Amino acid sequence: MPDGVQQTGLKTDRRLTLLEAAIKKHQYRKDALLEILHIAQELYGYLDKDLLTHISKLLRLPPSHVYGVATFYNLFKLKKPGAHVVTVCMGTACYVKGAEEIVSAIERDFNVKRGGTTPDGKLSLFVTRCIGACAMAPNTIVDGETIGKATPDEVLKKIRAVVGVEKVEAR
Amino acid sequence: MKPDELRNLAQKEDELRKSYRYRINVCCSSGCMPFGALKVLSAFKDAVKESGVEEECYVARTGCIGTCSIAPAVLVEPGDYLYQNVTPEKAKEIVKEHIVNNRPVKSMLYGNEAYFKKQLRIVLRNAGKIDPLRIEDYIAVGGYYALLKALTRMTPEGVIEEVALSGLKGRGGAGFLTGLKWRYVARATGSPKYVIANLDEGDPGVFANRTLAEADPHAIIEGMTIAAYAVGASKGYIYVRSEYPLAVETLKKAIEAAKSMGLLGEKIFETAFSFDIELRLGAGAFVAGEETAILASIEGRRAMPRPRPPYPAQSGLWGKPTLINNVETLANIPVILLKGSEWFSSIGTKNCTGTKCFSLTGKVNNPGLIEVPMGITLREVVFEIGGGVPPGRRFKAVQVGGPSGGFLPEQLLDLPIDYESLTKAGAIMGSGGIVVLDDTSCMVDTAKFFTEFCVDESCGKCTPCRAGLYKLYKILDGFTQGEGDIQDLDKVEDLCEFIKEASLCGLGQTAPNPTLTTLKYFRDEYVSHIVEKKCPAGKCFKDGGGAGS
Repeated sequence: MPDGVQQTGLKTDRRLTLLEAAIKKHQYRKDALLEILHIAQELYGYLDKDLLTHISKLLRLPPSHVYGVATFYNLFKLKKPGAHVVTVCMGTACYVKGAEEIVSAIERDFNVKRGGTTPDGKLSLFVTRCIGACAMAPNTIVDGETIGKATPDEVLKKIRAVVGVEKVEAR
Repeated sequence: MKPDELRNLAQKEDELRKSYRYRINVCCSSGCMPFGALKVLSAFKDAVKESGVEEECYVARTGCIGTCSIAPAVLVEPGDYLYQNVTPEKAKEIVKEHIVNNRPVKSMLYGNEAYFKKQLRIVLRNAGKIDPLRIEDYIAVGGYYALLKALTRMTPEGVIEEVALSGLKGRGGAGFLTGLKWRYVARATGSPKYVIANLDEGDPGVFANRTLAEADPHAIIEGMTIAAYAVGASKGYIYVRSEYPLAVETLKKAIEAAKSMGLLGEKIFETAFSFDIELRLGAGAFVAGEETAILASIEGRRAMPRPRPPYPAQSGLWGKPTLINNVETLANIPVILLKGSEWFSSIGTKNCTGTKCFSLTGKVNNPGLIEVPMGITLREVVFEIGGGVPPGRRFKAVQVGGPSGGFLPEQLLDLPIDYESLTKAGAIMGSGGIVVLDDTSCMVDTAKFFTEFCVDESCGKCTPCRAGLYKLYKILDGFTQGEGDIQDLDKVEDLCEFIKEASLCGLGQTAPNPTLTTLKYFRDEYVSHIVEKKCPAGKCFKDGGGAGS
């Protein structure tokens, strides 16, 4: 680590070691910011304030720049996702074939809004623009597994099986 | 690698290929993977081993065969027998009957010849027939010969001339002449120069570029290296969407393989030419595919476009001359050099040569990845290749060109597919998406959906796009909920024209297309929403529904 860089509340652990090694491999180049953010998100799951601050210090970039880049791109998550992640594809082909009904069904059944996480932290629901499996539309990804040509009921059944809960009652 | 080594390797691989009586190509692209393609692959390998036909039958893990609606798809050569919805159990039977007993299993064959009849595969020449992870497979089918020819027998100017004569236009959507673009970069002063392969296929509903990268990554790498030689570049970047993990992985391995064989790196084919390629991942920003925005993103900044000029050819990456080509454009290059510009320009139409890849999706019986000669009509694509809309439904519209492409009605289906005709009708070529809608889709709701997409993806730099599209979205959203009056339609048209004229980049300039074309060709649907408060397709006026929540 270059001199004068203070720790920022990040725990010194394996993830941090790997992150700093990756930054070093990119020779602390400012233009490697996107690559670094990808690696950081892979290691930590999401990018919180401490992590972004730390990266900005190591790359000697203003925190505003790092925050600006992290929030500009849809893929970077700034909030901790739930234990299980459901992503519904809302690309054109999926939308035309009823993806909206799938999202609404999940929102209703699990009391979660798109982009949000259930109060118990078990399930996050995201919509994505296109996963590119358009011929099998509508597509839903449940913890990395793609369910194609799915009806809302099939998706709900699958989520229940994965999350291991029945309906989450509205509070 | 020396020139002779390439020839020897190709010969050896070709002999190896011929030593097998059968070759089973298992599609393991993103379209087939979610449906168990890898299990099918290992089932075939096991079955071939168990039946003792290992010496006769080669099982290959390949890229997309093109028939995504019958995933997982398997192609058996010779004879191109295409099996549909293959399972591990079916794999066993196919090996037993087709390979051992030489009796193709007719009941499992796809048997839809119309799907392929009007297609012409140039860009996708190897897709589904070679293992993308084996560079030897690519070399066996003539890969890297065009690069060898360019480096040893052609001058950079000669390469540019050949590409210019072919009439090839940029396949990313704008349709700029590729040879001319190359010439600008070649003549620009400044060093080093860069080549960027654009694989930021952000259009929802489009997967042609991804499929190409997954099926034949070396075609992109070879085309890019030839481009670099022609314009005098020493470093290249492939900018790829991170939402395409398989394409990223395939390209990464392909670059490594090319490097280890000396087809990338220092002194390629023992000439003075050196070239290196690095992969850069996007992070989910549609606008990043715009050519000045892609520069910003590779430089590690927010992907925001800037005004042109200066064009990237003069001042691109880090202010240096930069060539930006779509990957499909680049994949055409090796074929053009090997078969000649005359051959290439004989395909398609006079003003629009060659072929175009499209992902055909939506309410169509045979969705998939297709490649057709320019000039083919939309009717042929939708009804002959695509097999029309599902039984009992009526065709309503076809959208060409991604989220900012226009919707064309039935009466325009005889339009030939080329840049000029599509633009005139209010659609665009875009990067290659064709989405078919039937009578269950509401055109107002659909226009709203795409406007919302563009609102989301607007980078926010210029006001017409940032504020104008939002305003447009709000009005359209109102229509779907029974608000607004008939005069609003004129306001919408004015607003659309304003956004088109005043926006900084292609995103804003094309974003009103869905609204404008639906207003032009499906005005009655707007009128029935506003006046009768009725949605002909029965989609709108539902409580709490809609994509805008």
